[in-house]
Amino acid sequence: MTAISREDVAHLAHLARLSVTDEELDLFAGQLDVILSSVAHVADVAADDIPPTTHAVPLTNITRPDVLGPCLHPDDVLAAAPAAQGGRFRVPRILNEPA
Amino acid sequence: MASGEASAVEVAQAHLDRIASDDGTLHAFLRVDADGALASARAIDARRVAGEPLGPLAGVPLALKDVVVTKGLETTSGSKILAGWIPPYDATITTRIKNAGIVILGKTNMDEFAMGSSTENSGFGPSHNPWDLDRVPGGSSGGSSAAVAGSLAPLGIGTDTGGSIRQPAAVTGLVGHKPTYGGVSRYGLIAFSSSLDQAGPFGRTVLDTALLHEAIGGHDRADSTSIPAPVPPVVAAARAGAGGDLTGLRVGVVRELGGLGFADGYEPGVLSRVSETVELMAGLGAEIVEVSCPHFGYALAAYYLIAPSEASSNLARFDAVRYGLRVGDDGVRGLDEVMALTRQAGFGPEVKRRIMIGTYALSSGYYEAYYGQAQKVRTLISRDFAAAFEAADVLVSPSTPTVAFRLGARTDDPLAMYAADLCTLPASLAGTPAISVPCGLSEGLPVGLQIMAPALADDRCYRVAAAVESTLDARRGHPLLQEVPLR
Repeated sequence: MTAISREDVAHLAHLARLSVTDEELDLFAGQLDVILSSVAHVADVAADDIPPTTHAVPLTNITRPDVLGPCLHPDDVLAAAPAAQGGRFRVPRILNEPA
Repeated sequence: MASGEASAVEVAQAHLDRIASDDGTLHAFLRVDADGALASARAIDARRVAGEPLGPLAGVPLALKDVVVTKGLETTSGSKILAGWIPPYDATITTRIKNAGIVILGKTNMDEFAMGSSTENSGFGPSHNPWDLDRVPGGSSGGSSAAVAGSLAPLGIGTDTGGSIRQPAAVTGLVGHKPTYGGVSRYGLIAFSSSLDQAGPFGRTVLDTALLHEAIGGHDRADSTSIPAPVPPVVAAARAGAGGDLTGLRVGVVRELGGLGFADGYEPGVLSRVSETVELMAGLGAEIVEVSCPHFGYALAAYYLIAPSEASSNLARFDAVRYGLRVGDDGVRGLDEVMALTRQAGFGPEVKRRIMIGTYALSSGYYEAYYGQAQKVRTLISRDFAAAFEAADVLVSPSTPTVAFRLGARTDDPLAMYAADLCTLPASLAGTPAISVPCGLSEGLPVGLQIMAPALADDRCYRVAAAVESTLDARRGHPLLQEVPLR
């Protein structure tokens, strides 16, 4: 059912934001093909009229009272960030312009 | 400690000494928090001296899996992408452990983001099995299992998404329980597969395990999937079960998990110990029936679509912005490129494989055939359980098809690694509770019996496990763990 090529892996890696190496493209193409061929056995089950299970416990619309409670201080959160500036997360360049 | 024979500080120090002497070999811990452990122990001793009422586990040390966040104590989930991350908050189970007076010795090794069955996918090197240092301690919670089996800690916390408590417990001779999904809060667990992840206890005995379960379990408002119900009476069940009377209990042996015609990949020694234990249960008054769960054979395929799909979404949070690693941010490279370089550098191969499998399974055009179909199979597995629990009060199987395998034996073959979860996956997908209890040795290595119960009937697992444990211990004349080779 599946045959995963190097190009497929490169596409998946791009979607998943993984900058994989050339060697990994070869390695993962073979491994993903074996894994996906194996898990494709789910198709052998006749399940057209079976409802899907997204969650083992049928709880829906869990809410809490809309009241203020304790929350994290911004300084504590930003202390763990790779880069912060002026009380905010500093992100890498997002516009196609020189910094 | 309650009788004054030893202080909590002495107990904590004795375990820290043991870690200092043995963990160079076992590598159970990613980091040891000696100062924090001794401070907690001193606080417990002070409260005891002051005559305060303390819980049954006050002062008892514990090994905490590194997937559980701890305020002020580095937490990595076994991944280099989180190396150096100091969480600004405690997980609910961390808070409950502290409230019970339990002393956290440190954070234990694990497969990266809990993806694996051996700890060999850890970003920081594997742990070793105290029974045989050339073998794996199971996974993903293998640091906790190695710590408890190696007498570095009397209690451990693991998480179980597809078997990551039960399989390591089985291969190290421990008791390990996966609670009913929603029975223990997931708030502050670093998410792998949110519809499957469940934290639970490891112990050397069924009663220890039940006491820890009681301490961490119960409803939590911070987790919207937490079940609003009291903790099942697991401690009472463990005490009652130790009497060894199973009169009237219907035990279902699951044909598809190692039974006739379904024994491929199962070691004969494992199947022998399990069938001997089933006979022993009959001797304790249980009625033995064979049950068939025809869709269990598809659990592995369904799991390895559902879990990677959820993981590919959950792990998108590692975006090099809010926490953890950032690679290549030179002012020239854009956000997308920095993100891809960071994730490439921070994630190990198994995590990358699962993210890509999940990305594939959720892609337009493949979604229905893969993810959608896997969710339907999940429904059929739950229906198999429901039918089997009409005929039996508990179901039994091996916890894992083999004894502990050798380090390196499966690292190049993802499917062989996944097969370690063959017996544990159905209860994960159905969200039902299951325990692994030691049932003897094969080739000198521990074998685990898995006991599964209906949702919220966790106490049945403990009752039956305690009966098996007390009967086998009495026959043997000592607990199985006494046979761990001394170093």
